Amino acid sequence: MTEDQVQQIVIDIIDEIAPDEDTTGLKPEVNLRDQMDLDSMDFLDIVMELRKQHGIEVPEEDYPELASLKSCSDYLTPKFNAK
Amino acid sequence: MPSSLDQQHYETVIIGAGMAGLAAGIRLALAGKNVIILERHNASGGLNSFYSQAGRKFDVGLHAMTNYVPKGTKGTPLTKLLRQLRIPYDALDLCPQNCSRIHFPDCQLGFNNEFAFFEAEVARAFPKQIDGFLALAEEVRTLDAFNLGSMPSSARKAVQRHISDPLLEDMIFCPVMYYGSAQEHDMDYGQFAIMFRSLFFEGFARPLDGVRVIVKLLQDKYRSLGGIRKMKCGIQKIHTSGDKATTIELDSGATITADKIISTAGAVETARLCTDQPVDAESDNIGHLSFTETITVLDKQPTEFGWDDTIIFFNTAERFRYARVEDELVDPTSGVICFPNNYQYGEDRQLDEGFLRVTAMANHDKWCALNEDDYLAQKSHWYDELQKVTLGLLPKPKNNLNFEDHRLAKDMFTPRTVRKYTGHLNGAIYGAPNKIKDGRTHLKNLYLAGTDQGFLGIVGAMLSGISMANLHVLQGD
Repeated sequence: MTEDQVQQIVIDIIDEIAPDEDTTGLKPEVNLRDQMDLDSMDFLDIVMELRKQHGIEVPEEDYPELASLKSCSDYLTPKFNAK
Repeated sequence: MPSSLDQQHYETVIIGAGMAGLAAGIRLALAGKNVIILERHNASGGLNSFYSQAGRKFDVGLHAMTNYVPKGTKGTPLTKLLRQLRIPYDALDLCPQNCSRIHFPDCQLGFNNEFAFFEAEVARAFPKQIDGFLALAEEVRTLDAFNLGSMPSSARKAVQRHISDPLLEDMIFCPVMYYGSAQEHDMDYGQFAIMFRSLFFEGFARPLDGVRVIVKLLQDKYRSLGGIRKMKCGIQKIHTSGDKATTIELDSGATITADKIISTAGAVETARLCTDQPVDAESDNIGHLSFTETITVLDKQPTEFGWDDTIIFFNTAERFRYARVEDELVDPTSGVICFPNNYQYGEDRQLDEGFLRVTAMANHDKWCALNEDDYLAQKSHWYDELQKVTLGLLPKPKNNLNFEDHRLAKDMFTPRTVRKYTGHLNGAIYGAPNKIKDGRTHLKNLYLAGTDQGFLGIVGAMLSGISMANLHVLQGD
C-alpha cells in the first residue's frame, strides 16, 4: 500500500466520523486540527475506525503520530504493509 | 426464576437507559464492544421520558432542550455530541424557541436565542448594571469550567464581583438554577458557566414531537449497532471483591459479570448497591431538591389566549429562594411555566392541542408520607394553587377566554413520581449536590455517568455518557 492510499483511508474515515467537515484540499504537511474542527474525541474515533475497519492498532502514546496526513501515512503505512 | 441473562459475561454493563446510558451505549457499540444496558423500567429516557394517558402523550422532564445552535455551528456541545453519536443534525428536528422571560416582582427580562436581545433587555431594565453584566458574560464565555484557577468557586460570589444589584443577580440565577442546579442557594461557578452558556449564548429548542424523538433516536441508533438492552431489569446488588466489582445480581436473581460497569443510577444510589458499602453510605451527598409539575391540556393554542412566550421563569417573593421546601408540600413562590406549543415549528406544523406546564419546588418526604386519598386530594389542591399563581403572572386572556372552559385534561407529577421513575433518593431531580466529575468510584472498574457526574441538561447527560465511555473504556483500549 502506498502513502497516498493510506492518506485516502484516513480522509475517508474523517468523512465518516465528521461529515460536516470539508476534507477536499487538505494540506498533508499541516496539522489536521489547524485545517478542520477536530478535537481529541474525534481522534479517538479515527483510532477506533482504524481498528474496526482495518485491524490497525494505535496505542494511546502514539496518538500524536496522527497529527497531519503526512505523519499519519509515515506512521501507518508500515503497519498496513506489515499485515 | 433466573432469566436468560444468568451467567452471561459482558465487556461493559451500563446501568440505566436514560440519555447518558444510551449515549454511552452507542459509543461502546460503535467501537464493537460487547455491551448491555439494563433498565429497571419498561421505558427508556429516565428523567426525560414520556407517558400516555387516555390516548394522549405527555412529556416528562424536557421543557426545552438547551444548548441549541443552528446547523453547522462548530465547536459547541451539541455539534460535538452529534458527531460522537454519528447522528445527523436534522434527525433531531430541533425547532428554536420564540421568546422566554424572567418574571420577578416589578421587573421582567426577555431573552431568546440571540444573546444581543438579552443584553439589550438588561441594559433597558438595569442601565447601571450593564457594564458589569457584559464583564460577567465575557468572563463566562472564556472560562475553563473545569479549572477555575483563582476565581471563586461560589457562583454567587463570582457574579457579585460584577453585579451589585441583588435583583439582577437573582434574575440571572433563577433560570440557571432551575435548569440544573442540585445545590441549594448557590452553585459551583464552573457549573454556572456551563448553564449560562447553554441557556443564554446558545438557547432553547425542541422537536415537534418532544423528548420521545430524542429517546427514540438514541434507542434506534444503539440497536442498529447491535447493542443489547434489557428492560424491566432492576439491579439488586453489585458484588465486590477487594477494589473491584465482580458480579451484578439482578432483581430476578440472575447474576451477570462484566469487565467494567458504568452506572447512571446516581452517586449515592450506586454506592449503596455495592456489597462492600453500608446501606446508608454517602448520606451527606443526597440531593434535597425535588419538583412537582402540572400539565394542562387546552383545546386552543396558547397564543389564542395571548400567551406567546416559550418559557417563563418566575419568582414572586422579595428574594429568589432556590432551596428545599421546609413546611409545605409545594413552594409556589417560584417556578417555571412552559408552553410547548410556542416553538418555531415551521409552516403548517403545530401541536394539535395546547399545553401548559408549570413546575415548582416540592417536599419529597411530605408527598411520600401521604396516604393514597390524601395524595390525590393534595395533588388536586396544589394543581389549583399553581394554576392560580400562573394565571396571575400571565397576561389576561384575550377575547375574554376562560381558561377553565378550554381545559381538556390535566395531570400532575410529584416528587413521589420522580422517585419512582428515576430511582433518585429524595426524588432529587438533579441528583447529588457534590458531582463526581471524573466519574470514578471507590471501585476500580465501576464508573458513574449522567446526572451525578455533573454535566447538566439533556445535552449534558448525553455528553456525560459519551465522555465517560471514552475516558474509562475506549481510551487506551
